[in-house]
Amino acid sequence: MTPSEQANGGAWVRTLGRSLMWVSPLVSYFFLWAPIAVLIVFSFNDSGSVSEWRGFTVRWYQNIINNTFASGTGTTRFQTELLLNSVYNSLFVASTATVVSSIIGTTLALALARGRFPGKRILDAILYLPVVIPDITQGISLAVFFRILFEFVDTVTGQRVTSGFATIIIGHVAFNISFVTIVVRARLATMDARLEEAAGDLGANSLQAFWFVTLPILLPGIAAGGLLAFTLSLDDFVVTFFTAGVGTTTLPMFVYGMLKQRVPPEINAISTIMIVVSMVLVGVSLLLQGRLAEGE
Amino acid sequence: MTSPQIPSPSAGKTTPKSPVRGFSLALPGIFWMLVFFLLPLIFVLVASFMSRGRGGVPEWPLTTANFERTFGVFLPVVLRSLRIAFLSTLFCLLLGYPLAFFISTRTKTRNRQLALFFILLPFWTNLLVRTYAIQTILGREGLINTMLLSVGIIQEPLTMLNTSGAVLLGLVYTYLPFMVLPVYAAVERLDTRYVEAAFDLGANDWQAFWRVIVPLTMPGVVAGCTLVFIPAIGSFVTPDLLGGTRGLMIGNLIQRQFSGNGNIPLGSAVSVVLMVVVLLGAFINVRFGEERSS
Repeated sequence: MTPSEQANGGAWVRTLGRSLMWVSPLVSYFFLWAPIAVLIVFSFNDSGSVSEWRGFTVRWYQNIINNTFASGTGTTRFQTELLLNSVYNSLFVASTATVVSSIIGTTLALALARGRFPGKRILDAILYLPVVIPDITQGISLAVFFRILFEFVDTVTGQRVTSGFATIIIGHVAFNISFVTIVVRARLATMDARLEEAAGDLGANSLQAFWFVTLPILLPGIAAGGLLAFTLSLDDFVVTFFTAGVGTTTLPMFVYGMLKQRVPPEINAISTIMIVVSMVLVGVSLLLQGRLAEGE
Repeated sequence: MTSPQIPSPSAGKTTPKSPVRGFSLALPGIFWMLVFFLLPLIFVLVASFMSRGRGGVPEWPLTTANFERTFGVFLPVVLRSLRIAFLSTLFCLLLGYPLAFFISTRTKTRNRQLALFFILLPFWTNLLVRTYAIQTILGREGLINTMLLSVGIIQEPLTMLNTSGAVLLGLVYTYLPFMVLPVYAAVERLDTRYVEAAFDLGANDWQAFWRVIVPLTMPGVVAGCTLVFIPAIGSFVTPDLLGGTRGLMIGNLIQRQFSGNGNIPLGSAVSVVLMVVVLLGAFINVRFGEERSS
């Protein structure tokens, strides 16, 4: 309720405030959704650009399915393979990084919430750095780091090591650990530590107490943290860009390449598919979270 | 963003066995963070004080020349980045503050969730796709130009893409949800009895707004502003795809020094400057933002 129920102050101020309270949010919603709507609508446009509407078509979607891209003058027959390959690479990188960072992040959260060791406060502060440090800085620092590391390995062992999936995943885990730890620790903070003590009193050893008491309670937190890590990893372009090698093109890198070179008309269709897939994923995860929250 | 909660000091400390506990659990995380996050940052810090060798690789001796160049020839770009980031934050606030109020004044829980959901949904779409969407609207043959030309308002297509204005629009578009969420959280916590009390004590609308509502929602505003400013100042994709040379920002400057025959020490120095700006922003948030008040 607006606080303006009492009759004082200028009436015009109130009218202005009231109308602004309606107009401004509507403008914002329009602003947020118009570009997405334009993209989706014009993915069905026969002319392949937004400058003219030449009728409805599903041609661009068919091209993706039929493995033909109408980019430039001739048609090329390998683009869809590249696209699918990049999707596969993205899923591989994101799922590996999610598993690794979920395990490391959860143990770190447990250590921070339940443990006692020197340097805990510093560790706590460092944990927030990947959240605020720009991805471009993380990307170039990893590029410098791996460059020096590979040179070192080369001079010591004589073996040539290059960037690839391993370097990308290492980079993704490095920023994901923080997010998982923060989410899991928030969950741990709401958990009653006496439950573990009760398990101990009833004869469980610490491993049993963890497995049968702590872990089930933590699971929604770990799931939420893992989901966040998966999304961040799947969406990441900048860190991947600086840690990738040959043949490790992820989906965001593929899209970036298309935008940077000649933009094929199929890009609207690809974008629409990406929008729909991410929205379905968000919807499902929200439903799942709601289910988990209800199950408490 | 998730606001972390510090566990109560008594948690887990009721059965002290040894002064050091749980360190081995923390070891994998400590290792990863130290080796793959902190150490690379330290390398960048060191490289920023080194000279440029063959192929742009860092080389001894130590020098401050990279920082002199950052604040010399690159100063216009640094200042432009600061200006664009400040303006993005300002516009996000102007759009986001009423939006947060709009959402929290929906009386039905379901409507409130939906209103929030439709703010967040675009945010979960890939950044590149969202930026491309802006491109299709602002481009020379984009939607706005096509519409204005066909109506006859303009005779020549307007240049909207590859300007700093396009970058500003892209950043506001991208980071608006970051403003709405913390402000919404603050508005939700706002005790309306304070506002009623202000009216009872003779305040008019304007006074009630400026002297009660604004101060009470300030932690959310500070948190939102830093959450927008920090990624905006460090952005790379948005200025890269929307800015061209006229909308170049710090992130693009850094990337250029690291691609091909670049200058790694110089790029590192620019990165260090960016990091300092970002950490200052984060400090302001920790000091005055949302988390303190909750």
